[in-house]
Amino acid sequence: MHSPELLLTMYRKMVLARRFEEKAGQAYGQKKIQGFCHLYIGQEAVVVGINEAIRPDDMVMTGYRDHVHPLVRGSDAGMLMAELFGKDTGYSKGKGGSMHFFDIEHHFYGGYGIVGGQIPLAAGLAFASKYRNEDRITVCSFGDAASNQGAMHETFNMASKWKLPVLYVVENNKYGMGTDIARVSAEPDIHQRAVAWNMRGVSVDGMDVLKVHDTVKELAAYIRAGNGPVLLEAYTYRFRGHSMSDAATYRTKEEVEQERLRDPIVKLRELLLKNRSATEPQLDAIDEEVKKIVDDAISFADQSPEPPLEDVWTHGFVEEGEPDEKPRARVRGATDVKWPSYPTDFKVTWDLEPRDPPAATPIKKGAA
Amino acid sequence: MAELAYRDALKEALDEEMGRDPRVFLMGEEVARYNGAYKVSQGLLDKYGSARVVDAPISELGFAGLGVGAAMVGLRPVIEMMTWNFAILAMDQIVNSAAKLRHMSGGQLRCPIVFRGPGGAGGRLSSQHSQALEANYAHFPGLKVIAPGTAADAKGLLKSAIRDDNPVIFIEGELLYGQRSEVPAGEYVIPIGKADIKRPGSDVTVITWSRMLTACVLPAAEQLAAKGIKVEVLDLRTIKPFDQEAVAASVRKTNRVVIVEEGWPFASVGSELSDFIQRECFDDLDAPVRRVTGLEVNMAYAANLERAIQPSQERIIEAVNAVLYR
Repeated sequence: MHSPELLLTMYRKMVLARRFEEKAGQAYGQKKIQGFCHLYIGQEAVVVGINEAIRPDDMVMTGYRDHVHPLVRGSDAGMLMAELFGKDTGYSKGKGGSMHFFDIEHHFYGGYGIVGGQIPLAAGLAFASKYRNEDRITVCSFGDAASNQGAMHETFNMASKWKLPVLYVVENNKYGMGTDIARVSAEPDIHQRAVAWNMRGVSVDGMDVLKVHDTVKELAAYIRAGNGPVLLEAYTYRFRGHSMSDAATYRTKEEVEQERLRDPIVKLRELLLKNRSATEPQLDAIDEEVKKIVDDAISFADQSPEPPLEDVWTHGFVEEGEPDEKPRARVRGATDVKWPSYPTDFKVTWDLEPRDPPAATPIKKGAA
Repeated sequence: MAELAYRDALKEALDEEMGRDPRVFLMGEEVARYNGAYKVSQGLLDKYGSARVVDAPISELGFAGLGVGAAMVGLRPVIEMMTWNFAILAMDQIVNSAAKLRHMSGGQLRCPIVFRGPGGAGGRLSSQHSQALEANYAHFPGLKVIAPGTAADAKGLLKSAIRDDNPVIFIEGELLYGQRSEVPAGEYVIPIGKADIKRPGSDVTVITWSRMLTACVLPAAEQLAAKGIKVEVLDLRTIKPFDQEAVAASVRKTNRVVIVEEGWPFASVGSELSDFIQRECFDDLDAPVRRVTGLEVNMAYAANLERAIQPSQERIIEAVNAVLYR
């Protein structure tokens, strides 16, 4: 059973994600955001379902469709929008932009612009957790098309062999840019490939936030218990093109309309009303509250200054004694920023590859 | 001071750094049970265990990226590439992740990682295994590049590299591993970015690094000394950031420069140095800068062709004579 609080939180976060992306799309049309801009509209159930099923100190990373992953973790919407606007008040002071969001305070370790590039990195985060004997897990999302990168094969082999605590989530929205994943994949059911690395492969309806949540809840516990990585394939759909410059003519109107009937936000709203977890006015109030957050984010981004020109030269090499930037403290003057810190003195107890007594090689029948 | 082989000096550095800091781990192909393809990690598995000396599968891109991820969250990985030729497969993670994380995150992340392994010609290994690739890595903002030519420098610089908070490319000389020279015992750290005069002189400066130092530059300087020519040999040691002051000071002293590098001439470390010298030391120069480089061809297997492709004492002497107008 899901508590009304959980359902309302998920509703609120999905609406926040949707409105944020709609406004980002509008700002792109006004040329306030430029470059590549990949919207998450339609896929919200995946990221929200995951987030409510893991711990706040679990680590998350994804590809370049990355606006919403930090947003639902609790990042400051105004500072995320400011990053899209290329402003000094953005999380990366305007150096990263749409494809490279980072919010370390909320354990969001980045948006990566090279397809599949985050897959090995996530294994590294998980390796560090296991190395220090922490019980945190890492959740790494990537798109369906990234599953054809060699990086995935190389990483899954290591992650599974070393039982690294990482959940890999394929956000399968059916298309790698304009190419139907089935056109270029010998096995388009991506989670089925997990068997090749001797790891669990699971699929879930990624348009149903409750199913995503419940599945990830179980998988997170499984991974946290030391059972190794899991590949979860969430079948989802983006309602917009690959990026803002994509008219998405490779899909039929009918297909998109059909998929829009599965809109995860509409579905959850209906459920909330049906099981009387919320009333219409309550949900409308959430919609209003979210609208204001996003409107404020836009005006904050709009009114923020561009980064100073001397910032061209900052954040190249870390100089000795140079601290890390804590964005919310820098921009908002926040004093409650909990920055991750790691021990420098500890004992490594993990025996990654125990030395078993050498097994006798069985002689095959008929061998010479 | 004890005489150590270059490989043992590297091992001492690894051992000492792993001993003082549990965040340091070594990962790569054959580093653990095999004790290293070049025996640099001899004995470390037994001493530090299988989580700190990790045999990786042959997945350069994968374990390079795994190392970068571990560095993002407080560990200090040393990723061994069996050779830098294979690291070309890992270029994406080195260049697109390690080198850019500090920048893209607006200073939220740091990436203290060392990628190390042998570079340069290996001795009759033909084209795919005989490349001096330091210029490639030096090209990217966000990476430091080190190429030591002696056992002592290898030790002191590897210790600094491991302690540095940035990604460091550490290129060892594949043909240097067995070379013995004096190495200070115990804590011995050489700052990154400091060149070293390996032989003082007043007539001409020869700038070099890595294997070329002992393979042909110092012997050529010896031959020239017999003819009364005093060559100053400046060992760069760190390619990026290179020691601008040391280069300029030596040029001011000798007024003539020859740069010797194993790699190819186009867009090379030497061409960068030449640019720096003509720009910053124009009035000090009595002759145009000359470069002796690997020839602009892929490495051949045949012994005579392999020799001809690499810089030699003869070519260095010829270049020194040219800048002296002799």
